[in-house]
Amino acid sequence: MNEEKKRTVIPIGPYHPLQEEAEFFKLYVEGEKVVDMDIEIGYNHRGIEKLSESLHWDQSAFLVERICGICSTSHPFAYVNAVEDLAGIEIPIRAKYIRSVIGELERIQSHMLWLGLAGHFIGYNTVWMWSWKYRELVNDIFEFITGNRMHYAMMKIGGVRRDIEKKDIPQIEKMCNDLIPAIDLFKGAVTDDPVIHARTKGVGILPKDVAIDYCVVGPTARASGIDIDIRRDDPYSAYNLVDWKVIVTKNGDVFDKVAVRILEMYESIKIIRGCLEGLKKEPEGNFDLNVKEIPAGEGIGRHEAPRGEVYHYVRSDGTNRPVRHKIRAPSYVNVPSDQYAVKGYTVSDAALVLAAVDPCYCCTERVAVIDKEKNKKIMNGFDLIKLSQEKTAKIKNGPKIL
Amino acid sequence: MSAPIKIKALTKSIWVFHAACSPCNNCDIELLDALTPRYDLERFGIQLVGSVRHADALLVTGAVNKKVVDRIKRLYEQAPKPCVVVAVGNCACSEIMFRDSYNTCGPLDKIIPVNAYIPGCPPKPEAMITGIVKLIKALKGEK
Repeated sequence: MNEEKKRTVIPIGPYHPLQEEAEFFKLYVEGEKVVDMDIEIGYNHRGIEKLSESLHWDQSAFLVERICGICSTSHPFAYVNAVEDLAGIEIPIRAKYIRSVIGELERIQSHMLWLGLAGHFIGYNTVWMWSWKYRELVNDIFEFITGNRMHYAMMKIGGVRRDIEKKDIPQIEKMCNDLIPAIDLFKGAVTDDPVIHARTKGVGILPKDVAIDYCVVGPTARASGIDIDIRRDDPYSAYNLVDWKVIVTKNGDVFDKVAVRILEMYESIKIIRGCLEGLKKEPEGNFDLNVKEIPAGEGIGRHEAPRGEVYHYVRSDGTNRPVRHKIRAPSYVNVPSDQYAVKGYTVSDAALVLAAVDPCYCCTERVAVIDKEKNKKIMNGFDLIKLSQEKTAKIKNGPKIL
Repeated sequence: MSAPIKIKALTKSIWVFHAACSPCNNCDIELLDALTPRYDLERFGIQLVGSVRHADALLVTGAVNKKVVDRIKRLYEQAPKPCVVVAVGNCACSEIMFRDSYNTCGPLDKIIPVNAYIPGCPPKPEAMITGIVKLIKALKGEK
C-alpha cells in the first residue's frame, strides 16, 4: 500500500491536444519512470452494432463506413466479405481488383497520417507537415476514383458501386508513381536521422512472446516478428492474384513499427499496380451482381486494415436486415499491449509509445463503460507532448542547451 | 473592454480548440488537413491551440454521446467569452444516422449554443474555410 501511495497518476486526456480523438490514459509514475498504465475508453461509443440491426443490408455498409474515418473502407470491406460468406456469393473479378485498389490506397493514406502524427509527437513538425502534404496526393487519387476525399462508399454487397474505367487507368498509374518519391523521402528521413534513431530505437519494445500473449495484430505484430497478414493467410478479393510480400521485422520497438509501415507502403503500391494491370485485361462493365435477397444463416468476414485484422460477424434470419452484427477492430487488441510496452520508460517517451500502435478509438469502442474515479494530480497531454519535444531538442543540441 | 472591441479582436486572428465528441475521425482529420501545407489556414492567423482557455472558437465534431456530454459542457464553460462554437460535420449539425442510437444525446445545438454549422460528411477543407470566413463576416456585422 505504501508503495502505491508514492506513485503519481498522470492523466492523458480525455481532451488531448492534437490526438484527434477523446481517450483517457492513466500513467502511474515514480519520478520520471512509468511503472503502470490504465486505459479508459468509452468516449466514442455510438451504438453502431445495435443501429446496424435496424438497417437494411445495403444501408449497413454506409453505417459501418462511419465507424472510423481513417480506415473507412476496411469496415465495409469486412462487412461485405461477411455477407458474401453468408450468402455464398462469388463476386466478379473486376470488382475484386477494384476493392483491392481502394483497400491499398487507404493503407497508404493511413500510414502517412500516422507517420505525420508520430513526427509531431517527437517534436518534428516538419515530418508532420510533409507527410500530410503528400497524403493529399492519395486523397486526390480517391477523389478521382470515387468522388470523395474520404468515406469512399465503394463497397457493395456483390461488387462495387463504381467502375474504374480503362481511360482513367493511365492517370491513376501516374498518380501512384508520384507517390514513390514521397515515400523515398520518409524512408531516407527515418533511416538517416540520428535524432529519430535516438528517440525510437530500443523504445517501447514489445517482444515476440508478449506480443503473442496480447494477441496483437497488424503492423504492431509484424514489427515484433509475428508473420501474420490476413491478405496472405486467408486470401480474399484480389490479393492472391497479384505479387507482393509481407513485411516482418524482429525488434518490436518504435523504430521497427515505423519501418514496417514505410515498407508496407511500397508493397501497397505494388499491389495497386498489379490490380490496375489486371483491370486492363478484364472487360469493362461487369462489376456488380445486384444482389437482392440475403438467405438465413451466418457469415464472417475479415480484412487486413491498416492497423490489423478487422473481423465482422453477421447473422441473418432471411429478412432484409441483420439479426446480429458483431464487429472486432484491430485497435481493440493492440491498445492493451501499450500496458506492457510503456512500462519502464520515461514519461517523455510515453506519448510516442502510446501512439506507436496507431490506436483508433472510433473503431475500438464497441462497449460503453462508465468510470467516475477522480485523479490526484493534473498534468495534461499538452505538457506531455512538450516534454517529449524537449527531449528531442536536448538530443539535437547536446545536453546543456534546452 | 467593451463588447464591440472584444468582437473586433476576436475576428482578427482566431485561435481554435478542437473538441472531438465521439466522431468517426474524418471531420477531425479534414480539420487538421486544413492547417497543413495545401490549405494552410495559419496564413489567416487561425491556429490550433492545446487548451480551451486560450481559444476564441470551439470546433466540435461528432454525435455527442452520453459520456462526452458533461465534458463538452465543461469545455464550453471554461472557454473565455466571447467564444464562438462551430458545429463541424453532419453528425454535430443533425446527428444523421446516429439519431436513433441509445447512446447519443441529440445534436450539438441542444447541448451548447452554436454560432455556425458546417455540414458535410466530411466537409472538405475548402468548406471549412468558407464557413470560418462567413462566421467572421457575421461577427463583424457584414452581410
